[in-house]
Amino acid sequence: MQLRAEDAVLTDSSENWPRHAAGGAPTHAVEPAAMQSFADETPDDTRPCLTVEQLNLCYGPKQALRSIDMDIPEKRVTAYIGPSGCGKSTLLRCFNRMNDLYDNVRVEGSIALHGQNIYDKSVNVADLRRRVGMVFQKPNPFPKSIYENVAYGLRLQGINKRRILDRVIERSLKSAALWDEVKDRLHDNALGLSGGQQQRLVIARAIAIEPEVLLLDEPCSALDPISTLKIEELIYELKSNYTIIIVTHNMQQAARVSDYTAFMYLGSLVEFGPTRRIFTNPKEKQTEDYITGRYG
Amino acid sequence: MQMPAHISQEFELELENIRAKVLTMGGLVEQHLAKATDALQQRRLELADEVSADDFKVNTLEVNIDEECTQILARRQPAAGDLRLVLAVIKIIRDLERVGDETAKISRMVLRLIENESPKAYYINVLAMANHVRRILRDALDAFARSDANAALHIAREDPSVDREYDAIMRQLVTYMMEDPRSIGTVLNVVWVVRALERIGDHVNNICESIIYQVKGMDVRHADLDEIASNIHNE
Repeated sequence: MQLRAEDAVLTDSSENWPRHAAGGAPTHAVEPAAMQSFADETPDDTRPCLTVEQLNLCYGPKQALRSIDMDIPEKRVTAYIGPSGCGKSTLLRCFNRMNDLYDNVRVEGSIALHGQNIYDKSVNVADLRRRVGMVFQKPNPFPKSIYENVAYGLRLQGINKRRILDRVIERSLKSAALWDEVKDRLHDNALGLSGGQQQRLVIARAIAIEPEVLLLDEPCSALDPISTLKIEELIYELKSNYTIIIVTHNMQQAARVSDYTAFMYLGSLVEFGPTRRIFTNPKEKQTEDYITGRYG
Repeated sequence: MQMPAHISQEFELELENIRAKVLTMGGLVEQHLAKATDALQQRRLELADEVSADDFKVNTLEVNIDEECTQILARRQPAAGDLRLVLAVIKIIRDLERVGDETAKISRMVLRLIENESPKAYYINVLAMANHVRRILRDALDAFARSDANAALHIAREDPSVDREYDAIMRQLVTYMMEDPRSIGTVLNVVWVVRALERIGDHVNNICESIIYQVKGMDVRHADLDEIASNIHNE
């Protein structure tokens, strides 16, 4: 086979979208011409949903996040990977100010949701959490019926009309791929569902109030492989309507479900880029070591 | 790039094992090509016979390495550099197997040439080309052993010179055939040898491209060599 002169500029120094920056880690110069031709870096015309700038976070004297800068693209799945204690869950909790619930937490820098700083004094935190929903590692349905679980957020907003509730609940359960399994027992206790069903119920509850962003903190680590696949399929379905941010210890899961992957280490963002590239040709050696199982 | 060892020792060994087997397979193919060439040069039938008889060993190794790569993909889900190594190995062994086939073909032609007592003048230049091809094959295997993308690129740049040798020899052979149509049968055997050598050169080129992909993560097929060189050096 002949090597021919045409197409493909093989620069290795271009990073298209999203913006990469991390404390201490080198940033890459972006050259528009080179960007176009780097096959892995699929041009993406989405705008940022969340913009993190110079974010620092301390638990008392201990710094947990170090000058994080990144743009999280809208209606895409962004995955955070990294060893335990690297700050990924802490960062996730910053996106809906869940860290406000802990004492001794100091946050510097800003996170903008569609341009508005969510740490601004004028922001109503309850309203923010309605726009940025969250699902945790262990499914946490309320000890109520399936129906009431999904209706909960709506009722909090004062929506009690049966007809509206019925419609929203059916739509949410369908979006969460749970409807067919529970439609005949909507008034049974949610705690009677399997772990995987409970997790999908919690997702249905989160999307019932139509958030803009869905934060998933290791949503599958307590689930069996088939339930995990169902959640992953659900993530794929949901990303056409929501910006999804997932923290996972399962690197294969990050590789499967996400469009962009961020690798964090010791509170810093080491590398952030298209999942296609991160898992085949990461730029940073630390990323390579981690995803190939050489971290130690 | 020097990598720290895997946390999983077993995985480390599996990767080391496929690398070692590729080198074994490459060594075998290289040896066959050397034997086929020597057979022609020294008119030794038995060497050419050995190559034909041993081609199955190359094929067996290919199947075996392929299976091990499949196992690694299925059970380890390698990523990044490890993934690229496995993918490169799958491609390289395919090229090596084809080199093996071409070499077996050469040995069959050599047998005929020796049996027909063809004049050495017909194939004297072929021996030089064969030595050239042998050298780039060996260099490519060395580059793989050392994960040396620069060396691989350097070898890939030599491919046009193999092609030029091919063109020159072909012109000469055509001349022989035109001058003496009775020689056509014999000269055609030489043509097949030259053709096989040229194909081996192409496979060596593919192997070099796989090595560059493995080491640098760049797909350099159909790309400009000078540009690749500047990209490799810029890192």
